[in-house]
Amino acid sequence: MDPLVIGDRKFGSRLIMGTGGASGLAVLERALVASGTELTTVAMRRLDAGGGPGVLALLERLGIEVLPNTAGCRTAAEAVHTARMAREALETDLVKLEVVHDERTLLPDPIELLDAAEQLVDDGFTVLPYTNDDPVLAAKLADAGCAAVMPLGAPIGTGLGIRNPHNIEMITSAASVPVVLDAGIGTASEAAQAMELGCDAVLLATAVTRASDPWAMAHAMRLGVEAGRLARGAGRIPRRHWAQASSPQVE
Amino acid sequence: MTTVWLNDESREVPAGTTVAALMAEHGVPERGVAVALDGAVVPRASWATVRLLEGARLEVLTAVQGG
Repeated sequence: MDPLVIGDRKFGSRLIMGTGGASGLAVLERALVASGTELTTVAMRRLDAGGGPGVLALLERLGIEVLPNTAGCRTAAEAVHTARMAREALETDLVKLEVVHDERTLLPDPIELLDAAEQLVDDGFTVLPYTNDDPVLAAKLADAGCAAVMPLGAPIGTGLGIRNPHNIEMITSAASVPVVLDAGIGTASEAAQAMELGCDAVLLATAVTRASDPWAMAHAMRLGVEAGRLARGAGRIPRRHWAQASSPQVE
Repeated sequence: MTTVWLNDESREVPAGTTVAALMAEHGVPERGVAVALDGAVVPRASWATVRLLEGARLEVLTAVQGG
């Protein structure tokens, strides 16, 4: 596949993984390797909150670039602070910007999100905002200088797939930056669908880490993303109302 | 002694303690962590020179599984 270009970085894989929800680092390692991912998210938490830097050492050993997120932030100010802490801790300008409105939906707060995105772009970050499936907001985030936009397929962790494919297609058809389908993916066909809708990449975690067999689902997601990308480029046939014989007529 | 707050827990430290000294005392690793003092990031290069005043609030973050 042709590389995914985000800012000044190139990635051979179009599957971005998350690390949340994995039952342990050994399971996570097998899943990450099977996914083929080259870019993977981590969250920032207090040092005494347990866990420690094990996940960082794992990503480093696997040669996977780290994408810190601002999960848990409710305001632009919190998200900007968390991004700056992540940049200091992880020595990267990449940030997955998350500013959610409430715990029940975990839907992005569009007003705080755009505010935070503008501040972080001004501060030199390569900003990848987790956003609603709203074409207008996606365009505003791109205009603000974000390196990609990452609309949700469905709320985080729901596995409901892509609830509004038409909106995703409106976002991809108008996009001036890469579009990453982020959140809501439940199985491989939905990852393929995201790519067929014109997304440049897919970001997922729960669908793999909480699957009965994370390794197998990671492998399936890799193939789904690749299949969807190929199908998008291949140009699907137009839909027809009536049948069209694919064998020669009987004489 | 000076009272400072480390991730919301109070600590008594000798007057003039630096960020670097407090981090070393608590076994904070050299890599993969960030420190904020009263809400502002303290670059690692400044840990050895920034001294903690009474009531200083320190936040120490690291990366964990998530997202």
